[in-house]
Amino acid sequence: MSTPILSIITMGSIAAIFSLIIAIAYRKLKVKVDPRVEEIFSVLPGVNCGACGYPGCQNYAEAVASGAAPPNKCTVGGAEVAALVAKIMGLEAGEVERKVARVLCIGDREKSVWTAGYEGPQTCAAANVAGGAGKACSYGCLGFGDCVKACPFDAIRMNDKGLPVVYEEKCTGCGLCAEACPRDIIVIEPIEKRTYVFCSSHDSPKRSREVCSVSCIACGICVRLSPEGLEMKDNLAIVTDPEKVSDQAIEKCPTKVLFKI
Amino acid sequence: MIKLRMKRGIHPKERKISSSKEIQEFPLPKRVIIPFSQHTGKPAIPIVKKRQEVKTGEKIGEASGFISSPVHSSVTGKVKALETVLLPNGSSSLAALIDVTGEDVLAEPTWPVKDISSLTPGEVRKITREAGIVGLGGAVFPTSVKISPPEEYPIDSIIVNGSECEPFLTSDHRLMVEHAEEIFKAAQLLKEVIKASHGYIAIEDNKPDAIEAFEKLVSGLEAWDVVSLRTHYPQGAEKSLIKVILNREVPMGGLPFHVGALVQNVGTLYAIYEAAVKGVPLTKRVVTVTGDGVPNPSNYMVRVGTNAREVLEAAGAELDNLEKIIFGGPMMGLSVKTPDIPVLKSTSGLLAIKRAYRGKVYPCLYCGRCVVVCPLQITPTRLVKYIQAGMWDQAKKFGLFNCMECGCCSYVCPSNIPLVHWIKYGKYMVRRMETK
Repeated sequence: MSTPILSIITMGSIAAIFSLIIAIAYRKLKVKVDPRVEEIFSVLPGVNCGACGYPGCQNYAEAVASGAAPPNKCTVGGAEVAALVAKIMGLEAGEVERKVARVLCIGDREKSVWTAGYEGPQTCAAANVAGGAGKACSYGCLGFGDCVKACPFDAIRMNDKGLPVVYEEKCTGCGLCAEACPRDIIVIEPIEKRTYVFCSSHDSPKRSREVCSVSCIACGICVRLSPEGLEMKDNLAIVTDPEKVSDQAIEKCPTKVLFKI
Repeated sequence: MIKLRMKRGIHPKERKISSSKEIQEFPLPKRVIIPFSQHTGKPAIPIVKKRQEVKTGEKIGEASGFISSPVHSSVTGKVKALETVLLPNGSSSLAALIDVTGEDVLAEPTWPVKDISSLTPGEVRKITREAGIVGLGGAVFPTSVKISPPEEYPIDSIIVNGSECEPFLTSDHRLMVEHAEEIFKAAQLLKEVIKASHGYIAIEDNKPDAIEAFEKLVSGLEAWDVVSLRTHYPQGAEKSLIKVILNREVPMGGLPFHVGALVQNVGTLYAIYEAAVKGVPLTKRVVTVTGDGVPNPSNYMVRVGTNAREVLEAAGAELDNLEKIIFGGPMMGLSVKTPDIPVLKSTSGLLAIKRAYRGKVYPCLYCGRCVVVCPLQITPTRLVKYIQAGMWDQAKKFGLFNCMECGCCSYVCPSNIPLVHWIKYGKYMVRRMETK
């Protein structure tokens, strides 16, 4: 036999043997994948923000398909995506609570006191390590925009006075900005809740007054006027029930940090 | 006398302009602010109420765990309020504001005061605990914890740390010159407590008068040696000192007792002596007030809680013309944003700087100078690259948490990169992520 024919036969038989092994392995070791995972994943937004409580969209799709997670956890997709996911799963979508980020500080560069300069790395976290840049208030916004960098939806921007502004229509309530903020002044709350004390300072009333013109000075007027809507906790008034905050309380706030947006 | 020197590190200009000034008793302030968090570990729990009368040395905060320390009133007066105040590192802590009502009335110590030679190890540990004694070199780690190492680690050497390698500071130097005998007695006491066989007194050679004072004390004693160290920074750091004197390396994440050593700062030893012999808890410390913004550089014995503004003004500093105020030394100290911060147990110096060095930050040249000087043999340039990129796992692998923030890398960097600041930021971010 000539060499070319011999080699064709050898190579062909080797190929046949290996393909047989692969064919058997494919049958025996087959992993059953729920086709719904792929389907769910394709309708999710795919930003991997983690707002649902899972590391990424793929993990959430798997969790929904296995029944471990409800279909309405994706705050980014909102009601639309929840309905699609629910349809794939054959479930009721349930209500999706629309949440947005709120920045609880309005002490911008003009209204708060800065006692020193800062020349280190231009991030809030680094400034916070160095004693909070030069900002006298040790609770308020530092204004280097770590939250802006963290937002995958371009829903938070710095205004010209160095304070982040949340664009409600773009915000999906994923919470990445709140996580990035070293001073924990960003909260994720239902969009219907619109009344807040826009201050996060737990400083003593005297110090609060010294370091910022728009800080909660713990005077307690609002709590006295609407005791059911607010409570005083560690030198800071907190809105517990926005429905019960009276207009009078908002009007009487001496530093105007309690208001409705 | 043994002569040694450390490898790596740097030698900045010493500028010890206040080294010839005797320690002066700082006048009684009108009000003191005593934070309950002045030490490493959990903050103390307040045990005083508003309007309560307190005596000098009376306990006002109780230790809240094993690694914690009580806090004492440094004056006789009345508690005006309990409120949050600003600390040098920019964080806030609950503090007692005490208005001074009159001359000092010493409170009865909560431990037996007797002859120093008849104290048992248990009693010494109790004294250091009750008197609120913490490491005054800067780390403010509770001394009672430090002198109670686990039993499986016998300690053979005690090192008295009088190196004071930071430029400008002279508080330890003056203490050694003026109170050598007291420091040495406390050192001998601790040596008995931890059953060490040998003691070393480490002093840098830019303090010949201190070396001389201790040479006199140890002459004829077998178990003690004075070590004269070539002036270098950061030689006074615990781990560097152990490496230089004992040639032992403290393992990664380990403590000195892992290699059988105990290092105590001279200020801490003086505080132990005061507590054991006179029954006075840690309520005052030596503070060097210096810098080019201070006309009369001085060393003061300041009560803990005195407003730093008063101390700076007493030395003649014009606070309006300053660019920087630093708590501690220029290398590891904390730059503060306002002088209205109380002097703490950790405040070894107050620096008033009129003209601070500023340089534009350029990109890294990969020259490797930071790698050469790093006393802990970390590669700061690589580490900081990882931190800037947010690669926390890699950063940890490259020794993020081994860094002691001595500042040598930032000092030598020709591109003015704030390496230590980045490292501090990295530590903060990793801790934050781990707790979340």
